[in-house]
Amino acid sequence: MIRSGYNLTHLKVLEAESIHIIREVAAEFERPVMLYSIGKDSAVMLRLAQKAFYPGRLPFPLLHVDTTWKFKAMIEFRDRYCREQGLDLKVWTNQEGIAQGINPFDSGSKKHTDIMKTAALKQALNHYQFDAAFGGARRDEEKSRAKERVYSFRDRLHQWDPKNQRPELWNLYNSKVNKGESIRAFPLSNWTELDVWQYVHLENIPIVPLYFADVRPVVERDGTLIMVDDERMRLLPGEVPMMKKVRFRTLGCYPLTGAIESNATTLPEIIEEMLLARNSERQGRVIDHDETGSMEQKKREGYF
Amino acid sequence: MQQVDFSQEDIHTYLARHQRKELLRFLTCGSVDDGKSTLIGRLLHDTKMIYEDQLAAVKRDSEKVGTTGAGEIDLALLTDGLKAEREQGITIDVAYRYFSTDRRKFIIADTPGHEQYTRNMATGASTCQLAIILIDARHGVMTQTRRHSFIVSLLGIRHVVVAINKMDLVDYSREVFERIKEEYTGFVAKLELHDVTFIPMSALKGDNVASKSNTMPWYSGPPLLDHLETVHIAGDRNLTDFRFPVQYVLRPNLNFRGFAGTIASGVLRKGDEVMVLPSGKRSTVKSIVTYDGELEEAFAPQAVTLTLADEVDVSRGDMLVFPDDQPHVSSEIEAMVVWMAEQPFVPGRPYTLKSTTRQVTAEVASFRYGVDVNTLEHRPIARLALNEVGHVQLSLTQPLAFDPYRINAATGAFILIDRLTNNTVGAGMILEGGAGKSQGDVWATEPAARLKLRESQITPAEREQRYGQLPVTVLLVGLTGSGKSQIAYALERRLWDAGRAVTVLYGQNMRQGLNRDLGFTADDRSENLRRSAEVAKLMNDAGIITIAAFVAPHAAVREKAKQLIGPERVLEVFCTAPIEVLRSRDKSGAYEMADAGNIAQMPGVTAAFEEPKSPDLVLQTDQISVEDSVNRILEVMKSKGYFPNSSSAS
Ligand SMILES: Nc1nc2c(ncn2[C@@H]2O[C@H](COP(=O)(O)OP(=O)(O)O)[C@@H](O)[C@H]2O)c(=O)[nH]1
Repeated sequence: MIRSGYNLTHLKVLEAESIHIIREVAAEFERPVMLYSIGKDSAVMLRLAQKAFYPGRLPFPLLHVDTTWKFKAMIEFRDRYCREQGLDLKVWTNQEGIAQGINPFDSGSKKHTDIMKTAALKQALNHYQFDAAFGGARRDEEKSRAKERVYSFRDRLHQWDPKNQRPELWNLYNSKVNKGESIRAFPLSNWTELDVWQYVHLENIPIVPLYFADVRPVVERDGTLIMVDDERMRLLPGEVPMMKKVRFRTLGCYPLTGAIESNATTLPEIIEEMLLARNSERQGRVIDHDETGSMEQKKREGYF
Repeated sequence: MQQVDFSQEDIHTYLARHQRKELLRFLTCGSVDDGKSTLIGRLLHDTKMIYEDQLAAVKRDSEKVGTTGAGEIDLALLTDGLKAEREQGITIDVAYRYFSTDRRKFIIADTPGHEQYTRNMATGASTCQLAIILIDARHGVMTQTRRHSFIVSLLGIRHVVVAINKMDLVDYSREVFERIKEEYTGFVAKLELHDVTFIPMSALKGDNVASKSNTMPWYSGPPLLDHLETVHIAGDRNLTDFRFPVQYVLRPNLNFRGFAGTIASGVLRKGDEVMVLPSGKRSTVKSIVTYDGELEEAFAPQAVTLTLADEVDVSRGDMLVFPDDQPHVSSEIEAMVVWMAEQPFVPGRPYTLKSTTRQVTAEVASFRYGVDVNTLEHRPIARLALNEVGHVQLSLTQPLAFDPYRINAATGAFILIDRLTNNTVGAGMILEGGAGKSQGDVWATEPAARLKLRESQITPAEREQRYGQLPVTVLLVGLTGSGKSQIAYALERRLWDAGRAVTVLYGQNMRQGLNRDLGFTADDRSENLRRSAEVAKLMNDAGIITIAAFVAPHAAVREKAKQLIGPERVLEVFCTAPIEVLRSRDKSGAYEMADAGNIAQMPGVTAAFEEPKSPDLVLQTDQISVEDSVNRILEVMKSKGYFPNSSSAS
């Protein structure tokens, strides 16, 4: 297929571009890190990085910001996969947040995310003095991301200023930052959700089992199915966990992540379901529901 | 995400088909309100890329802020970006959108049509293969249309679709479509745009966007989407010249030393001999390594890792090429630059230049000319301000390997980075002959000795007899605003009406054709006059009277021009007036720009004008009319015997 007339399929073009970006960042920054969220996008990004430096190892560590509220299956997957692949994984948790007893139930989704995710990430970046952080975000995810650069510039406070972003031409990325400043690099910028799934399928990339439908204990809250992943889940009066065949379109903190009822147990079935879906991916994320433009707000504050 | 119907085929067939899609990136450009957002919304909607929740949100918003009539969905709202912008009702910056059909995946670079247009358009265009230029059918080709087309051509986009939109508002009229098409074709001839397709449409109603409309039976071409799916793009890449900018050196263990990078152009096979630039060292390719196995052959734009047979020194920023097909290597480059920062581009300041994977320090050697993005006119400049475009000569601290952008965009493009702010401030496209053009005195350069001059069989006497005139060059010189061109064209008219064979060579016109590569430095002005003098000579040799209107500020250069044409065939006419009059007459704004420091070496302001010492005629154009001036020139021509056997020329 590749040979005929020297043409590449769109996935091969995207792959080559992403590898180019990953190598550029590794070559031009002093202390890059790859943010690893354990989701499918991270899985694809990680595979692309392995391709970029093959037969060498990754010249940077992975960083997982652990809120301590992730699904158990995510953490198991993370530890096993990183061990198997010989990856240098760093895990960071905001200990002050833990000490203050921040949790999704009492603190609310916004505060929990702010402290355990956004602030925690900043702490980790400062602690290790990373000057470039790869993220697996895509431009098709959300309207406000459509203008995001591949190299997204952050000031000393890790803030994103929409007015202070650099024009980005061709594949010539500007890596100049002063001490303390940094960039977020998004190698998957031009991928769509379908591209990611197709790539996972084609390349046989292992992903967390939660993406596949299975019978799981859930409760229905404000029209969203929340999985009872451990004993910390607080049930409201009258709430009884039911066993339902569900799966997740995105993964995060389990009390804040909605499941969908599904029978899809293979990748083609997941893709089929997605193609037939009538609502966008982000609906499953509770944090986005407050208001339009909330992603933009989060980005300014330093969350992705 | 596209929604599909699985009653026709199963998911496996679907996936197999979709794995083979090609990628097409295109740019949409239009002025505010031409319907760009509506068109993009329409494409996304009609290819089923919109989810119900998104559509519901747009329906809600349509009632609040939409501009369409009651009940209609404002599809433009689907593509609006950040919240603040949405509230202001404008879009800034470049936004990327994604959709796909059965045949291709598309990436749209959506660039807004207002103030920051040049910068944003250049940014969006840099990665695109095709541009859609929107024209509102009611307004036709506008200044912005020219500007958009110029930038599209500047950035080397090879395929253009002119979308003549809002056809519903002109009764789907074929005449309107044809008129706009003709008008556009006329002006685009000056630009390097080759594949131009015109499509009449209504983005609002969906006519000829995703499907063919029966409102315009006279249009036989494809709807927009069909064209986007089938336009031939495979030939756009340069697969001829192998270029491999080294990105990263991989040394996982003592036995492996690989050079990782993206093939910028060309095709490479295992065993090929390669040369490292700039060092010039040679070796052969031992293996082409990828995670998915070794390759026998690789091509642009694949990302691979190469190992070489020999221990040659190679580091990031070097380029591997074939010894028999090398790029230019030079520390002087000529380029078109688009300026993107508030602070202007000025000489005497070092910038970081990044081209492929190489960074060098660059400084302006000279500004050759600026291009007015609206009129495409060239004018002298001393700096480049935000959103301006100019031809610049740059000096680099280290040599750079490059190709002209037109031949190889991947190795002909660069960005400029400000060293204080770290901002990306300029985008450059290296020009042909970028290796530094000959700076010597062309006037004095002798043609190669082996070249022989062949004489025409027609003698000057025969020509004189046929035309009833002796050929002469009337050289009108003088500062901007001195009335040269007005007099030149009035004189041409009078001579023509009297039956003479006559033509005008006007400096500004010459600069748009034969001399379009020249700027306004003293050297370039001299070259402008030299070439024009060569043309005047050819005209005179052909028996034709030539009226040449040039500023020609330097006496020595004028003298050379006279010698070239033949002193006996030149009438020198000096047009002059007090400087206040010149300034008040000038409509081009050149004097004010020169005062403000925006034009370098403007004769009469920041550069000298050496007045002719013994012209054949001096015209004080503030004291006599154009008609009188013409009369006086005719008298001199007559008295010098250029009109044998005729009593009167007028
Ligand atoms: N009648 C008609 N109106 C259109 C068409 N396309 C766009 N419009 C309207 O023109 C206005 C400007 O459109 P918009 O897409 O926002 O323009 P933009 O500024 O180029 O993005 C809106 O009111 C649209 O509804 C069309 O084909 N026909």
